[in-house]
Amino acid sequence: MQTIFIVAILGLGFLITFQIAKASEYVAVLRGEEKARKQTNKVNAFMLLAFLIIGLIGVYYCNEQLKGKILGEPASDHGVLIDRMLYITIALTGVVFLITQFCLFWFSFKYQESDTRKAYYYPHNNKLELIWTVIPAIALTVLVGFGLFYWFKITGNAPKNAMIVEVTGKQFGWEFRYPGGDGVLGKKYFKNVSPEKNNPAGQIWEDQYNYDDVFVEQEMHLVVNKPVKLVINAKDVIHDVGLAHFRMKMDAVPGTPTTMWFTPKYTTKQMIEKTGKPEFVYELSCDQMCGKGHYSMRGVVVVETQEEFDVWLAGKKPQYLVANPDKDPASPKKDSASVISNLPAGAIPTAMKTKN
Amino acid sequence: MSEVMNVHAGMDTAHAAHQDDHSHHQQSFVSKYIFSMDHKTIGKQFLITGIIWAIIGGLFSVLFRLQLGYPEQTFPILETFFGKWAKGGQIQPEFYYALITMHGTVLVFFVLTAGLSGTFANFLIPLQIGARDMASPFLNMLSYWFFFMASVVMISSLFVSTGPASGGWTVYPPLSALGQASSGSKMGMDLWIVSMALFVVSSLLGGLNYISTILNLRTKGMSMTRLPLTIWALFFTAVLGVLSFPVLLSGLILLLFDRNLGTSFYLSDIVVNGEILPNEGGSAILFQHLFWFLGHPEVYIILLPAMGMVSEILSVNSRKPIFGYMAMLGSLFAITILAFLVWAHHMFVTGLNPFLGSIFVLLTLLIAVPSAIKVFNWLTTLWRGNIRFTPATLFAIGFVSLFISGGLTGIFLGNSTIDIHLHDTMFVVAHFHIVMGVASFFGMFAGVYHWFPKMFGRYLNSTLGYIHFWVTMIGSYLIFWPMHYQGLAGIPRRYLDKRGWVSFNGFPELDKMITIVSIIVFAVQLMFVFNFIYSIFKGRKVTTLNPWGANTLEWTTPIRPVHGNWPGEIPEVHRWAYDYAKDGREFIPQTEPIGENESKH
Repeated sequence: MQTIFIVAILGLGFLITFQIAKASEYVAVLRGEEKARKQTNKVNAFMLLAFLIIGLIGVYYCNEQLKGKILGEPASDHGVLIDRMLYITIALTGVVFLITQFCLFWFSFKYQESDTRKAYYYPHNNKLELIWTVIPAIALTVLVGFGLFYWFKITGNAPKNAMIVEVTGKQFGWEFRYPGGDGVLGKKYFKNVSPEKNNPAGQIWEDQYNYDDVFVEQEMHLVVNKPVKLVINAKDVIHDVGLAHFRMKMDAVPGTPTTMWFTPKYTTKQMIEKTGKPEFVYELSCDQMCGKGHYSMRGVVVVETQEEFDVWLAGKKPQYLVANPDKDPASPKKDSASVISNLPAGAIPTAMKTKN
Repeated sequence: MSEVMNVHAGMDTAHAAHQDDHSHHQQSFVSKYIFSMDHKTIGKQFLITGIIWAIIGGLFSVLFRLQLGYPEQTFPILETFFGKWAKGGQIQPEFYYALITMHGTVLVFFVLTAGLSGTFANFLIPLQIGARDMASPFLNMLSYWFFFMASVVMISSLFVSTGPASGGWTVYPPLSALGQASSGSKMGMDLWIVSMALFVVSSLLGGLNYISTILNLRTKGMSMTRLPLTIWALFFTAVLGVLSFPVLLSGLILLLFDRNLGTSFYLSDIVVNGEILPNEGGSAILFQHLFWFLGHPEVYIILLPAMGMVSEILSVNSRKPIFGYMAMLGSLFAITILAFLVWAHHMFVTGLNPFLGSIFVLLTLLIAVPSAIKVFNWLTTLWRGNIRFTPATLFAIGFVSLFISGGLTGIFLGNSTIDIHLHDTMFVVAHFHIVMGVASFFGMFAGVYHWFPKMFGRYLNSTLGYIHFWVTMIGSYLIFWPMHYQGLAGIPRRYLDKRGWVSFNGFPELDKMITIVSIIVFAVQLMFVFNFIYSIFKGRKVTTLNPWGANTLEWTTPIRPVHGNWPGEIPEVHRWAYDYAKDGREFIPQTEPIGENESKH
């Protein structure tokens, strides 16, 4: 009923507008087309000027309303560079935007048709054209220069001391693998993937490096102020590791691993204080269309201190032991399990390796 | 050269004789309006088909905007129309993704490629260069009918039970290759590929025809540097299409093989829904290279015709020559070349080699130079003019404004450093809708308002035209300007419901506002369509040959040009198209010989 009502109103509005438009055409013919045309010309010229002024006020108002809702301070060292580049670009393009839009609408208003003026025959001016070829070229060189300087910093090799985390996207969630104490991710092969056999990542158990790799889902833990290198994979279709607060992003492509690295600057707790939002979490979003659950493909990133991280990782059992319980030294004797979990991270694999 | 011209003139008289012959026996309805070989009719066919597609594509955007603005609300009427796709009056994710995919495909290819350059290349090229018709009227007819078949296949894909293609208009594999990964990648995707293949054929037939017509069928005296800028723009558009569409086709054929014949061009190491696929060694990124090798030139295929028409319309209506004709030409040429060299800027975060990325940054930002030249030249064209604000002029001015706004945000995205943050966010959506979508639509509207009198011998109602312009202009900025902020906040594209996120749920009011405005803007476009249809039959009649006081050749034809365009001989051209306000005369048509005391430019 409501819908019919809305459609009826719209139809009526349509009809009225149309009748007015038709009538105005007749009136124009009666009053003399030339005269009527000149009048509408004035109205439109005025509207263009009004559009410029109201539009610029609108741009300002929009910024006032929304600037608080964008993400605030970047939470990684690369994010700082990216934001700086963003502000340089906003400043430069902002000036160009204001000048060109002002000229466009002001000229339109100023040089509206008038009986007293004749258009000025001005087909070209080589000097002028040279100037406005060179100036944009210089401005862009500046932008390219800054951009590439930052780009190579960001995409350069990760520092030697960076921790490594493997991120794997799948429809519709995230999996993470930590290399454990040896610092090396074990080999994997996609045909080994078998959640039933407790091998969701497809690890090759014959590879020693896999013995201590820890597998977790949906939640990634990182250490504050410690560089992290993400090794990114996808299982089924292309996904994208989007970390808006860190300003980082990299596609996850099945069959072609990608990497990116950054250094988180603030722990989750610090960010809660900074933003004043108790519900704050770093979120990991899928930024590449991946199917019907794309919009809900959410992961959580917890940034914490080294101690907190060590405790967290120590609480996780390497996937090798989950998949091969017979190899688990902890399962027959309850006591030693508690001993192992009290050891600092890194101690476990050493113990493991000597055993095997 | 003169010999060529003579041969040409001979051909013209032959044509003219043929023309006289024609008027003796009437064409049948079918050969005049359906399987027509008259470029003017084919142009109108492209335009009307494009308008129908634009209504469909626009309606899709209204539907998914309802979801974005009101994710918590149910609309029972949607279930009435769409059944299981809108269960309980709520747009299902599969439906949402089908809608955005079709919205993109339809508007980019069917409306802004076929509907825009198909219409105006067909209609304007022979009229403005002084030719009786296209080089091959028969291929021209085929070009439309291939487009028509592509349309039929694409429409039919909407009615498949598993839904149409729904992996985004870029159809990246593996998502688009695997039916297990998405129901839209089943039958609907095969139909999408078939439809696009037909579309590519149509576009190639058209493009080759436009190029050969412009190069070979210019009337006597119409040297390349006397061509109106519309023709130059349409020429470069055709070159872009001819060189890049085949690459898309090859990419799509490989995709078809991967889908149906078990090849592994794009597939490797895939475990989908627990099923381990045998494919190894393919590269999903290969498709993106092939796709964007068309995809980026495609942006200019859409934009260049609009630029050309805007140049012409601004010059005619400010009663001044276009400023810097040769610079305009040079910048069109530069854009055409650069269009082929920037495709990987869509792929900065795919794991592309950073060094390769840096070269694409450089080449991408280089495009801003010719774009800036064009903007400054348009501004100088308006400067000290005597501007008449016809609806066409207003849309042309709107085009320049939007091109500036959207072009500048391109400098953000083309810079790989910033792109890391903004890639695939709403910022990108805002950017390309302004610069490529809305701006090109403005160019198209400007063209329709300007050449409607030539097409149908009647005027569009200009009051409705003014309402159309102002609502669309204000609406476009209201919709897309604040959307940049969503992108700066990191909100990814193609998220139909942001309530599950802590970082992205800050804009519910904004989303509502955008939805309401887009419905209003859509309604006003329907009003334009009404104006269009009504004016074809009942519009005010054109009574003078040259209602806008323009210099170009199309205004020397009869008010309703016959098949063959000029009843007698084709006029000879003596000057460029932009002698406005010269030597104290308001305008000097191209057909007028250079006077003895005329000043040089």
